[in-house]
Amino acid sequence: MTEVTGQGVGARVRRKEDSRFLRGRGNYVSDMILPGQSEVAFLRSPIAHGSIRRITKPPGSEGRVFVRSDLAEAAAMIAPTTVPGYKLSEWHPLAHGKVRFVGEPVAMCVAPTRAEAEDLTEQVEVEFDELPVLVDALAARAEKTVRVHQQWDDNLFLTLNLDNGYDANAKGAPVVVRRELSLNRQAMVPMEGKAILAHWDERSDQLVVYYSTQVPHVVRVGLAQFLGIDHGQVRVISPDVGGGFGYKVIVHPEELCVAWLALKYRRPFRYIEDRREHLVVGANTRQHHYRLTAHADQRGRLLALDAEITIDGGAYSNWPFTVALEPGQATGNLPGPYDFRGYRCKTYCVATNKPGFLPYRGVARTGVCFAMELMIDAIARAVGREPWEVRHDNLVPASAMPYDNVTRKHYDSGDYQKALLTARDKIGLAAWRERQRKGEPDGRLIGVGFASYCEQTAHGTSVFSGWGLPIVPGYDQATVRVMPDGGLEVRVGVHSHGQGMETTMAQIAHEITGVALDKIRVILGDTGTTPYSTGTYASRSIVMSGGAVASACKELLPRFVLIGAHLMQAAVNTVRYERGMIVGPQKSIPLREVAEAWYLRPQELPPDVDRGGLETTLAFKPARDTGAFSYASHAAVVAVDTRIGQVEILDYVAVEDCGTLVNPMVVEGQSLGGIAQGIGTALYEESPFDANGQPLASTFADYLLPGPTEIPAIRIFHMETPSPYTEFGIKGMGEGGAIAPPAVIFNAVNDALKPLGVELTETPLSPRRLLEAIERAGASAALPVGDA
Amino acid sequence: MKAARFDYVRPADLHQAVAALGRAGGGAKLLAGGQSLGPMLNLRLARPSLLVDVSRLDSLARVEDIGRAWRIGACVTHSRIEDMRDQLAGGEMLCEVAAGIAYRAIRNRGTIGGSIAHADPASDWPLALAALGATVNIRNAGGARAMPLEKFLLGAFTTALREDEILESVEVPKLSRAGRYGYYKFCRKTGEYAEASAAAVFAPGSQIARIYFGAVRPAPVSLSALARRVAQEGQSAVSEEAISAAVVAVANDLDPVERRMVIAAVTRALQQVFAS
Repeated sequence: MTEVTGQGVGARVRRKEDSRFLRGRGNYVSDMILPGQSEVAFLRSPIAHGSIRRITKPPGSEGRVFVRSDLAEAAAMIAPTTVPGYKLSEWHPLAHGKVRFVGEPVAMCVAPTRAEAEDLTEQVEVEFDELPVLVDALAARAEKTVRVHQQWDDNLFLTLNLDNGYDANAKGAPVVVRRELSLNRQAMVPMEGKAILAHWDERSDQLVVYYSTQVPHVVRVGLAQFLGIDHGQVRVISPDVGGGFGYKVIVHPEELCVAWLALKYRRPFRYIEDRREHLVVGANTRQHHYRLTAHADQRGRLLALDAEITIDGGAYSNWPFTVALEPGQATGNLPGPYDFRGYRCKTYCVATNKPGFLPYRGVARTGVCFAMELMIDAIARAVGREPWEVRHDNLVPASAMPYDNVTRKHYDSGDYQKALLTARDKIGLAAWRERQRKGEPDGRLIGVGFASYCEQTAHGTSVFSGWGLPIVPGYDQATVRVMPDGGLEVRVGVHSHGQGMETTMAQIAHEITGVALDKIRVILGDTGTTPYSTGTYASRSIVMSGGAVASACKELLPRFVLIGAHLMQAAVNTVRYERGMIVGPQKSIPLREVAEAWYLRPQELPPDVDRGGLETTLAFKPARDTGAFSYASHAAVVAVDTRIGQVEILDYVAVEDCGTLVNPMVVEGQSLGGIAQGIGTALYEESPFDANGQPLASTFADYLLPGPTEIPAIRIFHMETPSPYTEFGIKGMGEGGAIAPPAVIFNAVNDALKPLGVELTETPLSPRRLLEAIERAGASAALPVGDA
Repeated sequence: MKAARFDYVRPADLHQAVAALGRAGGGAKLLAGGQSLGPMLNLRLARPSLLVDVSRLDSLARVEDIGRAWRIGACVTHSRIEDMRDQLAGGEMLCEVAAGIAYRAIRNRGTIGGSIAHADPASDWPLALAALGATVNIRNAGGARAMPLEKFLLGAFTTALREDEILESVEVPKLSRAGRYGYYKFCRKTGEYAEASAAAVFAPGSQIARIYFGAVRPAPVSLSALARRVAQEGQSAVSEEAISAAVVAVANDLDPVERRMVIAAVTRALQQVFAS
């Protein structure tokens, strides 16, 4: 990697936004107060499945307590796709006739303070006729009598079937490995949950919505559509957002409710999701179950893979991404970075009485990486080789790039094997194997694990239109404007909520224009002031909006030259633009003089000046929109205390390639955050439900997140293979960190427990799961108790 | 997640505090550090009509050397005990246990009396103080009473404290110079409550040993038979078989995972006791 000095693409500059964040001066919806603002609280269903017989509002609560029938102007959210067989669900802003999961909003209460609004919820009486509850997706998959959506004939949102050369390639394979694996349900737990403040602005005749969202333009489309008003009558301003991770790419019912209130009563209403609400209604992701059969040769070379995937889709599909995104991504991405030619996959997305599944950082790939990488290790054990060797032999080699895989995904570039070998060397495998042989003085067992993945990023129109979603990403635009003092304003329709885009977008603008970073303002997240974009998701923003910023900046350069040449009285063809200066044959002038001419001294402009002035809006889309594939190999060493079931991560290495790095420090920050979340999935985070569909982890006492002491000193190494299709060769990378950790940690633990004949296949790896597996294996007696 | 309506008083002394409790007729809650009560109020799991804030009563914030024991006021914070490392001769175990409670922000506010009165089975003080043989001093309108901590702890979140009483202090017998202690707890992550925990105290000269485990039962469980053997025979009484048998003898209904964790916790606490 070439370390770039300066401020442009590749420079390790500090984030512009950090000053306000570190000083506590960010501005979140929770910080906002508008005159006359009311607070909103929701009465939520205490049961997982039931018909609403009657709702009784407290006397005198008109205009303060609302049920579904009061919100006539707000439509149910229905998200279609063109995927055959997909069944529609209606998601109402408040429960309509029936409740389908614990926490579903049933009534909305309004008061001057949140505490009083909560008091009001306690005065609303709801009578239910309880219905049998579907909690287990495998059981619900076969259930036809009890149905989450009565109008269906089963509980299947969607069933996908794919077969590409399975029988032919599987036939006669000498090694057959079967495994059942699963990931449990969890929540995304951004620091800030849902947050919305809506009011009616009489002057602009607009519903103005301060909205903690990743996709301001998309939710504007949604609110206008579901409230039946003109798109121009909605302005969404996404202020500082405390993390998104996929939780904030949709319109949530609570948000539609609050927008409706402001539209109806023409005054400000605010709703802030609290932590308990988040852990209950946000228990909505990661839950996959796999039955896999791998066919390989004697050396562990994978020949064919048979998969049955069951995704617990929860109660409702979401708008606009739909619950179909997850099974689609799981089916398409399971083969991972591997070169094999036989693949059969049947994927069920099942409706259950839990919150509707949402796409979480990594979208299905954390699950498929977990499943595939544990299979690679299982194959390695079956053929008696080192897992890294089998992994290496199966990875798509650099010589095959670009490579179209068994699901016809187009891997654009990279050296997957080199990343793995680098991870092996950086973790120091040989030394750990030696230490493993010697044994630990404290009796703990050491294990080393690897995992490799590749990740489709910034995939665009052709991919999303194939799924037929209500919103398909197309061109992303950027507006770049030179200010009268020669500074720049850059406006993009994506939003930054941890990605550092106020810095990286500015670095791209600096790369093209040479304007100093502190003179470049990046404006995001406001439909009133930024060009349309489908927003920030799918690791797309730096590729798409970053590409647009570069395009728009380039578009302006000839205009600078034209005006500059005129000011210097030089022929245009003798003048060039270089790092903020218009350079002529005799002298040079700074961009500021051109700006002053346009804004303040137009009498100095040439007669043929470009009427676009010193600003432009231009769109970008990669030359090929099937995605720029980032990839990585992670390696980890763990010590397992088999007496108490504790796993300590002793070392963790990530070798990643996201193409050209815009800011290595931002990439590392994103990777660290993602890996921390992945460690959460691997070891801590779980939203269990009992047989009645009651969530059992509704506070942080029960829902464990990794803290600073649970995250090891992660070592990140970069490779840089530019994508052939994107501006600068940038690939997206926001999600990648969260993909590999469950796989790599389980592989390391299973390596440690190999002497006991114990293999773990279900996330998270709680002490109880670990100890139960050891107990089952009956392998405890020989181990020292040790003092860990 | 905001608390339901409640009234609040901050009495000037213990006498007024007891009187306030009496007037509230059972609807009041004492507020000390608020580290457990605060969340319970916000979750509306606790719905007192009145909060009696005793957190600033000087009389509850004293640490006194009373000769054979340390008397620690109920509102002494965990962090204050943690920071008394060189000032609590014979009570060093208290400092060590305090330093391991949750994390510093919680230790700065949470109090020893609040923790005992809350009686969370997975918390540190009930276990450690049971092993140390502590007694509690209780104030009520009629005067005062004292009882061994073990009698005070009736079960999970249940104590012998009556609605009109205040836990005033805890008296912790000093360990002799030759006395040794061990305290081991297993938490899934830093700052969490324990999955399993054990505490052991051994005074070789006086042939006293006390061994307890916690977290998996409503209140600390004494391994008294094992403790008697350790008191007489010292380290030679400690083996995995002996510990395992002792645990099963008092709690044969633990599931295999809990049993495994408890045995490991007791073993490791005893290893600390006998570490050179």
